[in-house]
Amino acid sequence: MNRNMNQWFEDFSNGSMRALARIISLVENDEPIDDDLRDQLYQRTGQAYRIGITGPPGAGKSTLVNQMTKLYRQQGKTVGIIAVDPTSPFTGGALLGDRVRMDDHTLDSGVFIRSMATRGSLGGLAAKAQEAADMLDAFGKDIVIYETVGVGQSELDIVEAADTTLVVLVPESGDSVQAMKAGLMEIADIFVMNKADREGADRALRELSAMLHLRPAQAWNPPVKKAVAMKNDGVIDILETIGKHRHHLEDGDLLTRKRKQRFVKTVHALVSYRLKQDFWDETARQILEGHIESLDQKKTSPYRAAKQLMANYREGVR
Amino acid sequence: MSKKIRVLVAKPGLDGHDRGAKVIASALRDAGFEVIYSGLHQTPEKIVSMALQEDVDVIGISILSGAHMTLFPRIMDLMAKQGMSDVLLTGGGIIPPEEAKELEGKGTGKLFGPGTSTRDIIDYINTWAAEHRA
Repeated sequence: MNRNMNQWFEDFSNGSMRALARIISLVENDEPIDDDLRDQLYQRTGQAYRIGITGPPGAGKSTLVNQMTKLYRQQGKTVGIIAVDPTSPFTGGALLGDRVRMDDHTLDSGVFIRSMATRGSLGGLAAKAQEAADMLDAFGKDIVIYETVGVGQSELDIVEAADTTLVVLVPESGDSVQAMKAGLMEIADIFVMNKADREGADRALRELSAMLHLRPAQAWNPPVKKAVAMKNDGVIDILETIGKHRHHLEDGDLLTRKRKQRFVKTVHALVSYRLKQDFWDETARQILEGHIESLDQKKTSPYRAAKQLMANYREGVR
Repeated sequence: MSKKIRVLVAKPGLDGHDRGAKVIASALRDAGFEVIYSGLHQTPEKIVSMALQEDVDVIGISILSGAHMTLFPRIMDLMAKQGMSDVLLTGGGIIPPEEAKELEGKGTGKLFGPGTSTRDIIDYINTWAAEHRA
């Protein structure tokens, strides 16, 4: 790196988008960042309202984010977007194409869009996405939107940590949603039935509503909103519903509680990430390799192998 | 964990031929890069703005329209204004060798002609990254 870190943070404070972009990279790449600088930025967070959007692939999440952003901009609000897409576990590469549908905002300095790949197997994604959102918040964005595909637990963790979580479905989602992680249906504060001009939409809506009615009534019962994001149909209604949910959270201490939960979750995520990184050093890997080699003799159960590794790790820590 | 190489694959101009750009984008992904795909009809301003927000190491442009002699210098200007001297600008398409040479002389990275194997592009980016990134 040819510039020192203080310089980037100073530029960040002066509103440099390039510095914001670089600092998000530092977070993503796990580069050592001075704790005091981190604290300074963290102290500036808490202003942005965070919206999480998830759902099955092809549900129209990016298109919806694009339209929502348009409306927020008309209201004079600035928007930061983190679009998460999966890394291939085989090649380590990723193709991040969410920007294609958000192209209307590329030249608007009031909108900052960042594509993020899920990367390694050791986790850390949720914590990194939260910190990237913190950076957008500290930079002064009024609205921060996280968009993820609702397939993996870490992707769901990200959007669940938002203030308001939207689950976007399409009429064809019915069966696939049943098969999906149950978690997807439980994290929604608002359901969006997108592409609602398609055949089968009414039936899908009825099924979804019927399913939701089976749940015990709560202070906030997730409403189901129809939309055709491509045609900008129903998007205003979605924004108003987000507003209502926000009001519901702020009317009492729910928002504060939610944000405390987010803090706790991020700390948990960071600790497990760091522990895993720390744990799987050269020695640990060799021990595991040894077990794999003697696998055909079936001497050691995975439990004993794990126990040995843990004991070895504790030894090293002491 | 090693840092990922981030590449913006962008398709400027009015023609709708993005097959080449998509082939390159997939090949780069399979080579382990994080590829941000811009979509069609990008202006130099948009390309540089995306590259900045995504903090990419490399901008790869696919040009088939013949406008390379205006587009590349324009993108270079905009990059310079943003202080993006540490970002590699490369690309390919229908670019006559002598014009490619001229652009390379003005400071673009290597420009690739039709029929280039994706392996050559991947090797080029890997070599560049090994030399230029801390």
